[in-house]
Amino acid sequence: MKSLKRFFAGLLKFYRGNPAGIIGSSIVALIVVACLSAPVLTENSPTKRVARGHQPPSTELVFGSTRAGKDVYSQVLYGGRVSLMVAFSAAAVTTVIALSVGVTSGYFGGRIDETMMAVTNVMLVFPQLPLLIILAAFLGQVGPMVIALILGLTSWPWGARVMRSQTLAIRKKEFITAAEVMGESKWRIIAVEIIPNLISLVAGMFVGTSLYAIGAQAGLEFLGLGDPTVVSWGTMLYWAQSSAAFFVGAWWDFVVPGTVIALMGGGLALINISIDQVSNPKLRTGKYLKIWRRMKANVEAKRGQA
Amino acid sequence: MSTDTKPLLQVRDLSVDYVTDNGNARAVNQVTLDIRPGETVGLAGESGCGKSTLAFAIANLHAAPALISEGEILFEDRDVLKMSERELRDFRWAEASMVFQSAMNALNPVITIGDQIIDVILAHKTVTRDEAWKRGEELLETVGIHPSRMTSYAHQLSGGMRQRVVIAIALALRPKLIIMDEPTTALDVVVEREIMDELYALKEEYGFAILFISHDLSLMGEIADRIGVMYAGRLVELGTAQEVLDDAQHPYTKGLVASFPTIHGPKVRLEGIPGNPPNLLELGEGCHFADRCTLSTDLCKTTNPDLIRKGDKEIACHVVHSEEVAA
Amino acid sequence: MNQPAIKTVTEDASDITVEDLTIDFSIGGGLFNREFLRAVSEVSFVLKSGEALAIVGESGSGKSTVARALCRLYQPSEGRISLDGQDVNSAEGVSSQRDYAQLVQMIFQDPFGSLNPVHTIRHHLRRPTKIHNPHLSADEVEERVIEIIERVGLSPARQTADKFPYELSGGQRQRVAIARALAVGAKFILADEPISMLDVSIRLGILNLMDDMKQDGIGFMYITHDIATARYFAERTAVMYVGHMVEWGNSDSVTQNPQHPYTQLLISAVPEAGRHKKKELMAKKGDIPMRSPDSIGCPFAARCLKATDRCHAEMPQTTQLADDHFVRCFLYQ
Repeated sequence: MKSLKRFFAGLLKFYRGNPAGIIGSSIVALIVVACLSAPVLTENSPTKRVARGHQPPSTELVFGSTRAGKDVYSQVLYGGRVSLMVAFSAAAVTTVIALSVGVTSGYFGGRIDETMMAVTNVMLVFPQLPLLIILAAFLGQVGPMVIALILGLTSWPWGARVMRSQTLAIRKKEFITAAEVMGESKWRIIAVEIIPNLISLVAGMFVGTSLYAIGAQAGLEFLGLGDPTVVSWGTMLYWAQSSAAFFVGAWWDFVVPGTVIALMGGGLALINISIDQVSNPKLRTGKYLKIWRRMKANVEAKRGQA
Repeated sequence: MSTDTKPLLQVRDLSVDYVTDNGNARAVNQVTLDIRPGETVGLAGESGCGKSTLAFAIANLHAAPALISEGEILFEDRDVLKMSERELRDFRWAEASMVFQSAMNALNPVITIGDQIIDVILAHKTVTRDEAWKRGEELLETVGIHPSRMTSYAHQLSGGMRQRVVIAIALALRPKLIIMDEPTTALDVVVEREIMDELYALKEEYGFAILFISHDLSLMGEIADRIGVMYAGRLVELGTAQEVLDDAQHPYTKGLVASFPTIHGPKVRLEGIPGNPPNLLELGEGCHFADRCTLSTDLCKTTNPDLIRKGDKEIACHVVHSEEVAA
Repeated sequence: MNQPAIKTVTEDASDITVEDLTIDFSIGGGLFNREFLRAVSEVSFVLKSGEALAIVGESGSGKSTVARALCRLYQPSEGRISLDGQDVNSAEGVSSQRDYAQLVQMIFQDPFGSLNPVHTIRHHLRRPTKIHNPHLSADEVEERVIEIIERVGLSPARQTADKFPYELSGGQRQRVAIARALAVGAKFILADEPISMLDVSIRLGILNLMDDMKQDGIGFMYITHDIATARYFAERTAVMYVGHMVEWGNSDSVTQNPQHPYTQLLISAVPEAGRHKKKELMAKKGDIPMRSPDSIGCPFAARCLKATDRCHAEMPQTTQLADDHFVRCFLYQ
């Protein structure tokens, strides 16, 4: 119970005076909750035709209809579930691989380090987006979970390097030596002593990769490399483009998914910024700066300076 | 130097605050101190006492979140705190220079020692690069380094040599005051000895004043003419070196002096000072040392004692003041 | 202040014997031309329970390396370390490290690095207690943790146990480090510059605590560059220079009556209030040399004012000057 209380106290401390964190988290939470409560928020199925093609937004169809007459509002909510799941799954895969490779490499050093870093460096050399496109094209029109897997398997190298250098820094600290001298097993040291010190890095990586995955996934699907029968934000854009929504003036068809992607991305980016500020206090722009400026002005006025 | 020589540096009621989200931490609290030309004043104290903050304030080096909130710093009657950027640049290094604690932090790792020395010279004097280089070589010789090292990089020199380079740079423009913040703390004792001996020779020759900051009272007892002891931002004792070390009055000073085991002399169990240094964000009304002091009275807990002159010394302690009165 | 619940070791006195310990580190060079740094050369001493041995030296003296070798963090290249007669480096595997760890622990110089910032003090102490006393119940472990915290002078113990390292001062953290060694039940504590990063007024508190622990039978190896605290705390002192022990014995003998030129240099260099005159430095100025396995002669010969040709060619043997005072110098051979 005490650790739960401490967790919430920590959470509160994180958000206090942290506008980026609050705004970002609110946006993300709003979108996630909305998508999860799709059945509550709309009765229409995203795949059923409910109106004529390209109807503008109205009181019945808040976001209008697609070329095929499907409800854009319903699509964006149900589609969101898919997109978000892909994004978070990809982030999870990346984070797990990066953490494993990075920490093992950093802690054990020697031959293990050399081998793992060789693999990592080779993967880093490949340009990520072209690799994705080629993979997806090679595999044909792939479903969202395959996209998640592809994204996860290609995004981990950079994260692994970061984890490795952090592990190297922690490894030199004396509390690690103390644990070794005490007779702790190496795996326990990694799990209990090192990884808890990397939490903010892990959180940052997860959020950052989600951010990347949202965009990358939308990109792949827009190019037609995703499964067009699945409704997601990216396939919505694909259909909007292939039905020439822009030219016929059906702006809602692409503006809606586009905006929601941007919002989600923006929210995640804000969360990432606030996590950075927590790990590196020098980046903080707390209210003390304002107080300091005010005090300085007062003091200079008293001293008679300009 | 007689006591009626005009002081070189006068610090008057100086206060420096650190503005944090959790409130103001007063790192230096109404400190008044004089340094006369050619005099060496030592500033002793432990972590959090404000001595480094005071040193930075004198060179007006503070940036957010530190703020010099009260007081004046007069260098030869000019207020350092009122100087413009231009005047400050002239002041810094030509009149007063600083030697920082760790030479590795003060030296640029990617340019040669020589370049760093002549940078300083060229920034203040209009001479040619060759003249500046020659001057740099002379400076290195004065601190005991072969002039050929002008072309070395910082990492190619040992710790002691780097600290000597930093001292050479501080001397480059023959300032009247050098502020030294724990200049030998990171060095081995034999190297420290070599540097201190060279410092004495340099002091003899050039006659500059030194503000010498250290936690090592024995070292300070060697070099300082007068010693000031700081605790929690306040000056609690100020007097000649001999008096402060041999006849300490303030309970904190007494405790500090008693915290150094000696090599020679009887082997007795020493006690140090119980408790911990105070948190500057949570200072109370009374004397900041009261909760660690064996002599504290009720008055000590409610009112902060002023620094009052007693003979040649200044002490900030109610108990000492009351003995004075009673005597 | 004897706490009966904590294992006192006065009944079973132990010793760690180090014989001709030599440690070489590889510092690069080609495949066929590997270069080595000889960090420790032929060091021999005995560490006894209930006593402290100080090892004094400057940077490059090898004193920290010796301590780490005693913790089995480094393997000896030559020589032997034995605990009660048994060679400590012959057993393998984690469990024997655990057994050894139960007897020999280390505390470090940096109070801010020696504790993990994400764990409470309780966690820091509970774990070693549990590892080395697996039969204890959770309550008994908690009780012992609180006892140990009290033992090192951190009251109120329960409040301290809940705190994180950043909430404690440097001196308090160092006490926790000592508590951790006690929690393991160590008989020997190797203290590597335990007070040099602490405030001056706090240092004595820590030294006095360690002094009290000697009464419980714990043996200390105290590594420092400060010969004054070595004399204050340790019964015996050894002076090291570039990996060699040059003078050792009873602390008072060594510090009041130094015989080796390096010891004399060290003692004369210590700051002394009131000393303004530049005393003649007792050695030539020079950097501390690096030693390789091929080096010959006394390492101090390059700086020694009394060096002879023999000093550059051969390493002097040990000479016994008094009951407990030894030196390695041709001046006395």
